This record gives sequence, structure tokens and C-alpha cells, in this order.
Amino acid sequence: MTSVDSAAHSAGWARRRRFGDFLAPTLAVAECELRKLVRDPTELVTRAVQPVLWLVVFGQIFSRTRAIPTGELSYLEFMAPGVLAQGVLFGAIFYGIAVIWERDLGIVQKLLVSPAPRSSLVLGKAVAAGIRGVPYAVIIYVLAAFLGVHLRSSLAAAAEVLLLVVLGSATFSTFSLLVACAVKTRERFMGIGQLLTMPLFFASNAIYPLDLMPGWLQFAARLNPLTYLVDGLRGSMVEHGRRVFGLGLDCGVPLVLLVILVLVTARLYPGLAR
Amino acid sequence: MKSTPDAVAGPGSSAPDGVIETSDLCRSFGPVLAVDRLKLVVRRGVIFGLLGPNGAGKSTTIKMLTTLLPPTSGSARVAGWRVVEDAAEVRRHIGYVPQMLSADGGLTGRENLVLSAKLYRIPLSRRRTRINEALAFMDLESAAGHLVRTYSGGMIRRLEVAQAMLHEPEVLFLDEPTIGLDPVARHAVWARLLDLKRRYAVTILLTTHDMEEADSLCDDLAIMHQGAVVLQGPPAALKATLGQAATLDDVFIHAVGGAIEEGGTYRDVRRLRGTLRRLG
Repeated sequence: MTSVDSAAHSAGWARRRRFGDFLAPTLAVAECELRKLVRDPTELVTRAVQPVLWLVVFGQIFSRTRAIPTGELSYLEFMAPGVLAQGVLFGAIFYGIAVIWERDLGIVQKLLVSPAPRSSLVLGKAVAAGIRGVPYAVIIYVLAAFLGVHLRSSLAAAAEVLLLVVLGSATFSTFSLLVACAVKTRERFMGIGQLLTMPLFFASNAIYPLDLMPGWLQFAARLNPLTYLVDGLRGSMVEHGRRVFGLGLDCGVPLVLLVILVLVTARLYPGLAR
Repeated sequence: MKSTPDAVAGPGSSAPDGVIETSDLCRSFGPVLAVDRLKLVVRRGVIFGLLGPNGAGKSTTIKMLTTLLPPTSGSARVAGWRVVEDAAEVRRHIGYVPQMLSADGGLTGRENLVLSAKLYRIPLSRRRTRINEALAFMDLESAAGHLVRTYSGGMIRRLEVAQAMLHEPEVLFLDEPTIGLDPVARHAVWARLLDLKRRYAVTILLTTHDMEEADSLCDDLAIMHQGAVVLQGPPAALKATLGQAATLDDVFIHAVGGAIEEGGTYRDVRRLRGTLRRLG
């Protein structure tokens, strides 16, 4: 082997090693989070109650009043993707409380004295949180089918829904982590979580279309990542569902936000151990 | 090639005397000076005890040496690496067991160790062997497949030490390792630590309030008060300064001037009692 070859070889090896240094901790953290979730899914089940109520009670009553114009879709068909997105949001927004527990226990300190890149630790949690969204999709799909919603059944549609749900769940959960890293105590964190959920939900297209909103609310809804998640899901989940923004923007907005949130949270995360 | 500190850390980086060396290390929190121009040298291969009343700056010192907390000023080297500039290298060469419960109760003992192995990038070829060795060494083989939340306090501590030792660090930091343990569990942890020192020549720095622990386990002691070291030396030498019948308790009280504890916030107390409850 010439020296040029060997230099190129060792550069490639170093790159692979750096990539591994980032990826291995990410996957390790994600795996642990998922193991714990599978062993104790209580939280997942209790958080699924609310979206089920929205769909079964609110949805069925509002489809009878026909008060909200939803075009070709029945009201239930219109709101089913919105309720799924809401389930993802409500399931994710309190995710950060776990790191406050981990901080009080000393688990955060143990992770932070390891040489793992801080961003890989945060991304590992985000990946696990993304996958946590999937059971909500399954529950809402089954329930919606049962209530007579015409769901798209192609493999591509299912893949789009999975992608959107994982992306949405990861994004909102990382936002929750960021809040937890900033406030550091359970009491303040719970207050902020409560404060955020309803405005995010109501300033979105989850249960009424954008054109029905007054101008200021439309403006707020367009800044709200939940709107893009709902829009994406509406196009992928139900027959004749139409997107306002297109799949590219509906995936792009949460993805860009996720990257920013992971980078910012990685900066704040070490503060938990101080 | 394994990188050496001297290769990159520049002149003056070799550490012939101390595996831990601090120079005028300071940390303040707002107006409070928690660690005040700390000078500390810890020799390689010893068990070093850091004593002092609550709020003396022990935990703050450990946090700075383990890279969790940046110093306000001054410098420190651990295993030859600078704690601020070479933080990643320091992390590779140390293990840390926090005072609280750092093992994850929702995972099994083995899963906790696998997580550590992956975080420290122990190669796959050596991972299983290292984990089995660590389990055997800490006498946890039969409990390896059980959830950690079913462990006793002593087993949890031994698992945490196993996690911290998995990547064969040069220096091990332990923050009150036997707090809340009954005498049997306490002695079991001590025996493991002495074994670690003997077999792997690891340097151990621990904080403790337990004078028996300091006396029987540590080769060297430093007593901290108001952020600085007020007394340092081997236990026997420290006792000798006060006369033949003196105990370490006497030395401690003499060194801190009978100071009534000033440190420890409401949160610290809540956290400590929570730990005691879980371990107990």
C-alpha cells in the first residue's frame, strides 16, 4: 500500500470512527428508552385516553351538527388526522419530565461524564420519543376505521403516516426536553407544559380548517408546527384528504425544527448536571 | 495508536507526581465562592478521601474534576489531561459514581452495563467479556438479568461501580459511595474498592462523611472547609498531630473549627433523603 493510499485509508477509518462515536451512543440511549417503555407502557395508555375521547365524543357530536364546513370529507374524516396529531402532541409535550427525574437520580450525570457527544445523547432520546408516537397512530387508525372513516390503505400512505408521526413526536418531545433543561424543576415544567398544549392545539388546523380562522389566528397557525403535522396526516390518512402545504413542507418544517431543537438542547443538557 | 496526553497537551503536561492536580481552582455561584483557590495533588494508585462539612466544596470539586462543571478560574489536570480544554479525553480516562442513584431501575443490571459499554465505545469483541468480568468481580452474576429496581442498596452501589469501571479508567470518582448502606453492604463495597486498587492500580477519589471509611479505606485524606483544603495527609499522620489517643473525628472537628454546617440547600436535603430512602 502506498503512503497516499494508507493516508486515505486512515482518514476514511477516522471518519467512520467519528460517525460510530456519534451513532452508537444515540442508538444505545434510544434502545434503553424503548426497553423501559415496553416494560411499562402505563403512561402511553393513559395519554391515549384523551384523543380517544376527542374522536368518539367531540367528533361524533360535531359531525351531527355539520357546523364546520370540511368540503368532501365528513367531519369525522376531517378531524381524525387532527386527533392523531393531537395525541402525538399531548403524548410528547410532557416527555421532558423524565430527564428531570433522571437529573434528581444522577442518571444524567452518569451519561454526561461519558465521552459520548452531548448531541448524540439528546438525539437518542428524540429517536425513542419519535417511536413512542407510533402506538397512537395504531389506536387512532383502529378507532377511526371502527367509526366509519374511509382510511387510505396503501403501503405508501402508511409509510407517510409513520414518517410524519415519528417526526412530529420526536420534534415535540425534543421541545419538551429543551423546556425541561431550561427550567430544571418538575413544578415549573408541569406549569409550562399545561400552558403550551391547548394554545398549540387550538391554533392549528386539527379540528377546523385554516380558512375558517380569523386572520391573526391563521397567522399563528402557520407558525405552529402542529399545523404541518395535521396537514401532512390529512393528505396521507384519509381518502380524498387534501394537503394545503404539500408533503415536502409538512415533513420539512418539523424536520428542520427537530435539527435546531436537538442542537440547542445539546447545548443546554449539560446544565442539568451542574 | 492510543493517544497520550503529552502528545497534544503541550509543555508541562507530564504528571509525574499526581494523577489529579489542581492549581488555584475556583468556582463561584453568584456571590458565593464554593471552591477557593484549591491546590490538590493526588498520587497515582491511592484511595484518596475528601472530607469536610456540608457545603465545604467537595461535590463542587468532584463536578469540576469530572468535567460536569466548568471552573470559574484556575486549572486542573486529571490523568494528565486538562479538565476544560481536553474534557473529552478526561471523560475517557475517568469513571464516576454520583452520590444519587445513577443505575437505571427500569433496566436489568446487564442492560445498564451494556449501555455503559456502548457509551464508552468498548469494542464489540471485548464487550461481553468485560461485562461478565465486571459482574463476577462485583458478585452480581446471578442478579444480572433482574431489573435493578429489585436490587438491594449494596447491590445497586456495586453495579454502579461496575458501570464506572467497565472501560478501565485510570481514576475513579465516588461521591459518598456508602451513604445509606448497612454495615454489611458497606464492608462489601469497601472490599471491592480495595480489590480494584490492588488489581487494576486504579486511583480512587471519594468523598465521605464517614470517619471509619476515611480511616480504614483511604491512604490519603484532605479535609476541606469553606472551599479550601485545610489539612492533608495520611490518616495516621493526621491523627498523630493531635496526640496518641486522637481519632479522625477529633482531627475533623479540630480542622473545621467545630463549624456548624452552613451548606446544603432544601433541594440537596430532599435529594439526599430521597436517595437514602431508595437505597434503604
